[in-house]
Amino acid sequence: MNSREITTQISKAADFLNLKKWDYGASFSNDYSVQVDKGEPKQLKASQKQILTIRVWNQSNLVGITTTSDISESGIKKALKQANIASDFGNKNESTEFSPLAKDPIKVREVKKTNPVGIKKLLTVLREAEVKLLESHESIKSVPYNGLSESFFERVYANSEGAFRSYSKSQAALYLYARAEEKNKKPRSSGSVKLGYGADDIDIESCIKEASNKTISHLNYSSIKTDKYLICFSPESFLTIINAFSSMFNARSIIDGVSLSNKNSIGEKLSTEALNIYDDGLHEKNISSTPFDGEGTPTKRLCLINRGRIENFIHSESTARIFKTTPTGHAGLGSKVSVSPDWIVVEKSEENFDLKTSLDHSTYEGEFVYIEELNAIHAGVRASQGSFSLPFDGWLYKNGNKISIESATVAGDIKYLLKNIVNIESSQELTTSGISPHVWVDELSITGDA
Amino acid sequence: MLSSQIKSNEIIFGSCNKDLLEEIIFYGIGLGADFVEIFIENTDNSSVLAEEDFITSVSPSFGRGAGIRIFKGKKDGFVSTNDLTKHGLMRSVSQAIEMLDITDIKREVFNGLNKHRDYSLSKKKWINEVPSIHEISEKLLVSTKSLKKNNKIITRKGSYSRNLQEVIIASSDGTYVSDIRLHQTVGLNVIASDAQYRSSGSRRFGSSGMPNEFRLWDHEKAANDVFESSMNMLYADYVDAGQMPVVLANKFGGVIFHEACGHLLETTQIERGTTPFENKLNEKIAHESVTAIDEGISEGSFGSLSVDDEGMEPEKSVLIKDGILKKFISDRAGELRTGHKRTGSGRRQNYSFAAASRMRNTYIAKGEHSKEDLINSISEGLYCKSMGGGSVGATGQFNFAVEEGYLIKNGKLTSPVKGATLIGEAKEVMPKISMCGNDLELAPGFCGSISGSVNVTVGQPHIKVDSITVGGR
Repeated sequence: MNSREITTQISKAADFLNLKKWDYGASFSNDYSVQVDKGEPKQLKASQKQILTIRVWNQSNLVGITTTSDISESGIKKALKQANIASDFGNKNESTEFSPLAKDPIKVREVKKTNPVGIKKLLTVLREAEVKLLESHESIKSVPYNGLSESFFERVYANSEGAFRSYSKSQAALYLYARAEEKNKKPRSSGSVKLGYGADDIDIESCIKEASNKTISHLNYSSIKTDKYLICFSPESFLTIINAFSSMFNARSIIDGVSLSNKNSIGEKLSTEALNIYDDGLHEKNISSTPFDGEGTPTKRLCLINRGRIENFIHSESTARIFKTTPTGHAGLGSKVSVSPDWIVVEKSEENFDLKTSLDHSTYEGEFVYIEELNAIHAGVRASQGSFSLPFDGWLYKNGNKISIESATVAGDIKYLLKNIVNIESSQELTTSGISPHVWVDELSITGDA
Repeated sequence: MLSSQIKSNEIIFGSCNKDLLEEIIFYGIGLGADFVEIFIENTDNSSVLAEEDFITSVSPSFGRGAGIRIFKGKKDGFVSTNDLTKHGLMRSVSQAIEMLDITDIKREVFNGLNKHRDYSLSKKKWINEVPSIHEISEKLLVSTKSLKKNNKIITRKGSYSRNLQEVIIASSDGTYVSDIRLHQTVGLNVIASDAQYRSSGSRRFGSSGMPNEFRLWDHEKAANDVFESSMNMLYADYVDAGQMPVVLANKFGGVIFHEACGHLLETTQIERGTTPFENKLNEKIAHESVTAIDEGISEGSFGSLSVDDEGMEPEKSVLIKDGILKKFISDRAGELRTGHKRTGSGRRQNYSFAAASRMRNTYIAKGEHSKEDLINSISEGLYCKSMGGGSVGATGQFNFAVEEGYLIKNGKLTSPVKGATLIGEAKEVMPKISMCGNDLELAPGFCGSISGSVNVTVGQPHIKVDSITVGGR
């Protein structure tokens, strides 16, 4: 069944069951992926997946939901029946409706259309990449984590009031994580991830180069003294920390009491006036961009922090209604509708305000810790409390030299971190999760060799 | 294509599918596969969320799918699909064969499937025995109400999930089994707040194959435990970083062994060359007080199974005996590629993952000491009563959050501390586990790795680590 046929089928089955109000989201995908181990294929994978989530509203306007991978006539009927039963337990305390924007026009960006290159080509490309990475430095002994994949998928949203949205796209990903070993030293590992609209679209050479350079740069390492340091966050690591605490901008989290913000936090000063943060799912560099969310609301650019102050929250239909505003295109589709950011863009505002502009990661000669990548986010972040304690890969810059840090964690509080931003560099860099410049923060605790 | 000319049949759960499965396996062998494995599942899941005094989410789901794995030599190709018709399954076999670029015509012999081993016979009634949504909702609401013990508790949540998975596994070595798996979990969470102070508390409970278990769950005891934990931590100071001895509590304290050492004993890590224990069989890798076990047979434990996802009954594997490495955790591909015999540990989240060597119920065996012996032996250190999540990096370094911690001074527990993380490497920490308590207890959890998220049990008695890096402020 294609998406139009599914809509017709659901409509017929809903009529039969006397269900007047329903919506659904569906996705269909074909995925191909390969991994290699020293030139040999390690695992070759292909999958065809389909998933359908149906919501129905009962006569008391309570919502029930069911998800299934069985998109047959009988599967759809069963899903509607189950959703109808589940609606008896619908949330009486907070209603859900269709998004008022579910029929608004959407901006569908023109993106490169690609066709599958096939498993054999993926395998050839990855084998070559592995060889090049292994040959790039004598200390690189293996590439234990690697993969090249391509996905082709379609997403659909439709409802009983005639909204219908659909889009299809392709995406590919390459990751290479190398392991370097030298005599009498601990093994060191680092890597790189690149995305593209298709396998032919990925910048393979830069992925190899980045994985190699990063791994080699950690070969000479030393422990770091436990203390407070001036920190320079790489664009990637700063985006990681902002995403980890995105509940500060999340209306769902605020209503649920798990955010550091509250309903009255719009306008609250969090940071230097030089800081602007946007959520921009439609950004031209966002390969994972989607034109509408789980409720059919169009995706859009939204300012979260303007000159250091909270400007907007991200919303679903129901949170927007509670906050007396409009949905922002950040909803999932679930029994309890989730809200999450799309693609964060960090910018320095046009005026420099009180920034210490001499802090530039490529020229600054004083002592500082450069955090390249933060790890173990799921374990080390307490978003509801604002605290974090995270292991990281990075370097200590001292007396004009830099040395990789053997093993350390950075700990602190997100509000303290934002308040203590002392510089935002001018140049932004593109990462897989957004865009950001390097950001400098004063006085964060590092635990190393105590 | 041959497959398109075949009349479409379909896998039907609850019926005999032997002829169809044999036909598909013959098809794969005929195309040059060394080995063909078919894993088919049918799921019926539901979850319920209670927040404050309301049910805010009820999410049923159902689905079905197949994962087909073809081996040629040591290479394998895996295809998953939702299409359980003969045509769909054969198309998947063809796709896997094509991926492997099989050209040689040497054909393995397939003598048909063995007698059906049906582990599901006594389990078919489970679906009617598990609690109804109504029953679950009522108990969750009573539980969240129990958490409302003072006005510092600002958020109360109770969650339940039930996964019922019916599987059929057939392969060209004759394996033909069916099973039904039932997993239930229930959890409570709170956030406490007072002025600038915030803390949280959470506990999760889980069982496998016990439809009545949720009814027996002592929600009052659980609520008291979660509340007490959040109150103890509300005004806690941040811990000072440093190297120090620590005592790790039993139950979920075992997550460190699971993450930091257990994963390094899976054959997938040998295949990758990422375990420091690869060539250490029968060598000392831990303190002599440490014996560690991985098994899938403890009745009702979250990681227990009647049969693994490759059709093998799980065994009890003594991984480390008195500090000596004795065994690795292995699956079919692990045996093929590393030579370590299968241990009934081939596991996967669902049909869309190929099975891999994964832990089941993994724990450090009990020792002879009391909890007080361990604490009394430390003049200055940290007691980790409750652990949060953690991770292990590509070079074996681990990092774990301590959810509830207390300073130890002169052999006594003193003030609560927050923000602690334990940092180290398995091969350095294992020899430093110098004392094991006599109070082994297990706790359920979910483990994410190469073959998806699977149900596991972690566990240990109280243990003492002589020195470890504690991250803090």
